[in-house]
Amino acid sequence: MQTNLLEMRSITKTFPGVKALDDVNLTVREGEIHAICGENGAGKSTLMKVLSGVYPVGQYEGEIHYAGGLAEFHDIAESEAKGVIIIHQELALVPLLSIAENLFLGNETQKNGIINWPETYRRTEGLLQKVGLKDAPTTLVDKLGVGKQQLVEIAKALAKDVRLLILDEPTAALSEADSQALLDLMLELKAQGVTQIIISHKLNEVRRVADTVTVIRDGHTVSSFGTTDGITEDRIVRDMVGRSMENRYPPRTPKIGDMLMEVEGWTVHHPEHADRRVIHGVDLNVRAGEVVGIAGLMGAGRTEFAMSIFGRSWGQGISGRVRMRGVEVNTATVGRAIEAGLAYVTEDRKSLGLVLDEQIRRNVTLTNLPKVANGPVLNHNEETRVAEGYRSSLNIRTPSVFQKVVNLSGGNQQKVVLAKWLFAEPEVLILDEPTRGIDVGAKFEIYGLINDLAAAGKGVVMISSEMPELLGMCDRIYVMNEGAFVGELSAAEASQERIMSLIVTE
Amino acid sequence: MTFAGQTDTHTGEETKGGLGAYLSAHLREYGLLFALIAIMAFFQIVTGGTLLRPINLTNLLLQNSYIIIMALGMLIVIVSGNIDLSVGSVMGFVGALAAVMIVNWDQSLLVTALVCVAVGALIGAAQGYWIAYWSIPSFIVTLAGMLVFRGLSLWLLGGESVGPFPREFQSIASGFVPDLFPGGAAMAELFGLRNFNMLSFVVGLIAAGLVVWSGLNKRAQNRKYGIEDEPQGFFIARIGIVALALVFVFFKLSTFRGLPNVMITMGVLTVIYAFLTEQTVLGRRVYALGGNRKAAKLSGIKTEKLTFLSFVNMGILAAIAGLVFAARLNSATPKAGFALELDVIAAVFIGGASMSGGVGKIVGAVVGAFLMGVLNNGMGILGVGIDYQQMIKGLVLLAAVIFDVYNKQKG
Repeated sequence: MQTNLLEMRSITKTFPGVKALDDVNLTVREGEIHAICGENGAGKSTLMKVLSGVYPVGQYEGEIHYAGGLAEFHDIAESEAKGVIIIHQELALVPLLSIAENLFLGNETQKNGIINWPETYRRTEGLLQKVGLKDAPTTLVDKLGVGKQQLVEIAKALAKDVRLLILDEPTAALSEADSQALLDLMLELKAQGVTQIIISHKLNEVRRVADTVTVIRDGHTVSSFGTTDGITEDRIVRDMVGRSMENRYPPRTPKIGDMLMEVEGWTVHHPEHADRRVIHGVDLNVRAGEVVGIAGLMGAGRTEFAMSIFGRSWGQGISGRVRMRGVEVNTATVGRAIEAGLAYVTEDRKSLGLVLDEQIRRNVTLTNLPKVANGPVLNHNEETRVAEGYRSSLNIRTPSVFQKVVNLSGGNQQKVVLAKWLFAEPEVLILDEPTRGIDVGAKFEIYGLINDLAAAGKGVVMISSEMPELLGMCDRIYVMNEGAFVGELSAAEASQERIMSLIVTE
Repeated sequence: MTFAGQTDTHTGEETKGGLGAYLSAHLREYGLLFALIAIMAFFQIVTGGTLLRPINLTNLLLQNSYIIIMALGMLIVIVSGNIDLSVGSVMGFVGALAAVMIVNWDQSLLVTALVCVAVGALIGAAQGYWIAYWSIPSFIVTLAGMLVFRGLSLWLLGGESVGPFPREFQSIASGFVPDLFPGGAAMAELFGLRNFNMLSFVVGLIAAGLVVWSGLNKRAQNRKYGIEDEPQGFFIARIGIVALALVFVFFKLSTFRGLPNVMITMGVLTVIYAFLTEQTVLGRRVYALGGNRKAAKLSGIKTEKLTFLSFVNMGILAAIAGLVFAARLNSATPKAGFALELDVIAAVFIGGASMSGGVGKIVGAVVGAFLMGVLNNGMGILGVGIDYQQMIKGLVLLAAVIFDVYNKQKG
């Protein structure tokens, strides 16, 4: 009989005007991996903030029992001292400091303010070994990929004598291979006795590592069960969204028309190292009404490829041809690419897609301002009308289009980015990870929009790291690896196994 | 999902509406107006009514004209996410150039003015080039410019003051627009004054009328589109205060010598730049550039070109300010414009612009400049020492920015 390490009882957290958590219960047993599932906005992160003391005791109702006593954390430092450590979705590493410096940041191996470097490096090596990182302790974090950075975060938690490790969407930014490595590490830590909570949208991962699942919806605990109880993914999804989701991808009858865009022999060099070729003679085409996927691992060069086509926004020494409806076009600047009928919806909506502190309507019109202006003078009313149009057609949930986008949830922000690019009236849309970090319900809506675009005769190129998504949505899938296309599969022949085998056999 | 809780909070507040919510959402705008009024009232009382005497009011406008002119350009530079530390030096250099051209080389006023503005544009272009196309931080480039143009004015003037100017040149800064309307004498009699400038009074009435009209117009538009608007009481109070203040100031001016020439320059430029920033495609793109440069670039906006142009524009305005400043002092001195960039930058930040870019309004910058001007003027009348003046101005700037940050955190 295992004891309970953590019991959160009847937690209620109210923000002015809204109950974010309402009588939530969470029980985590010593030594288990506990998954918390729920849609975006369900209250998962709020719950973790209550647990870690971001919302100090007194700002919420209910009790937290941790390690056999009543826990009343006033800030993160107190919870960390007790071994409760959160690794957030957005990593909290300092890019220009070394791995060792990051690991002991705020927790330095020191005496009277003077750092003991030999000891620091010795301990770092030990910790890196534990998480399976082979990089030198002096390596700058900047030089590591996201996957390795995630491991550094975990090593940092281990450096603090973690007892309860909380991972918030740890694999959201990771490739398939890195995700697997991370999950393996979680299992290994479990074997060493570290209790873990994982927040994730990815149900296959949850099933792989979790012993217990708690589903939260709209601030309530909906269900909690062991993964050995024969619970299916469908059941979890049903609990998460409150309805059955037999079809995670809306159906579509493809009506594929004329050739829209052809890319030929596209070659790109690295922006800093001119002699390093990153994209090697890629050929791609997309027809009207077609959804074409680009599969590949993180770092395969998919984003770089897309951005280099779109106004040479990445790389240098670019060669190759782009034809639209058979006519060669110049896409050397973003302006020209837009004119040629291209749109690129970025994977990084916060830093590349939106002006966060601006109103929704001002973001939407940014790609095509002259369309809401008489000559040089803006027509604010027309702008509002346009934004209202997208708000209702894309179902952007907001009290008004005058709301700043920073206040929207991830799914609604993504819809604003889409609206912005629809307003540019493109013929071909390149969607880079269009559903990253958004919840199941919003994903379904985005899929519907993609289908609508295809039905309207647009060409869609979809880059995604989630293979089921590509398989569910695309008519044709290119497989990319190390800067080159290594295969092309029709919807009928494509499967996760075939895509993976194309990647690994190259 | 990280911010889900906060998101909901916002919508909750938004739907609740109400006076308190509206006020706290727009505290900055009202706060600035209120601060200006409060400071003016304070100095009006402690100076025994000297502050708002027609002659002092006229002086106040003349003293701050060049700061306001440069603040217009600085606002755009700051909104686009940069800063220009060189404007004081550039202003001094252009003033020196004008003096040398007119006094030493006997050039006509027109040629001098055109050359000076062109040189200003060129200086802006030279600095903007490195900032826009080489991505060198504007702080560094314009810090270099500050030293270079300070040195150039010293060199140009040979370390001495050059002047005086012919009367026509002086009139740029110290001249007054002749009265075009009849009836001045009758009004003077009515109010028991020595003279009364009808033109100034009429312009004041028209300006106040325009404020009311455009306010009503915007309000009607907002209502039509169902946009949450300010409560009626606030609207009436705000528009009323602004309109009355305008009538009052112009009335005061008309009892002295009427409209200063430079006020026309200032007014016209302010209107042009307010329109440019708020109503045009170009202006919107500047805000997007400052709000998120990468996203703006990926939206097809020519961010480099915009940055470049913002500095060319700043150079032109610094040149105009240089002409006004030289004309006002009636000579060009090597010290002219020293540390003035700090006043200009302070005005823009007091006016609500954000250091990180994307936020700020022309009207805010102008009011910010006036606020600093009233502080200078009022403390000057009281005979407050320059030591205390500096300290107080510094603290006012800090307070304004703290207020901004506090507001943002709360919101």
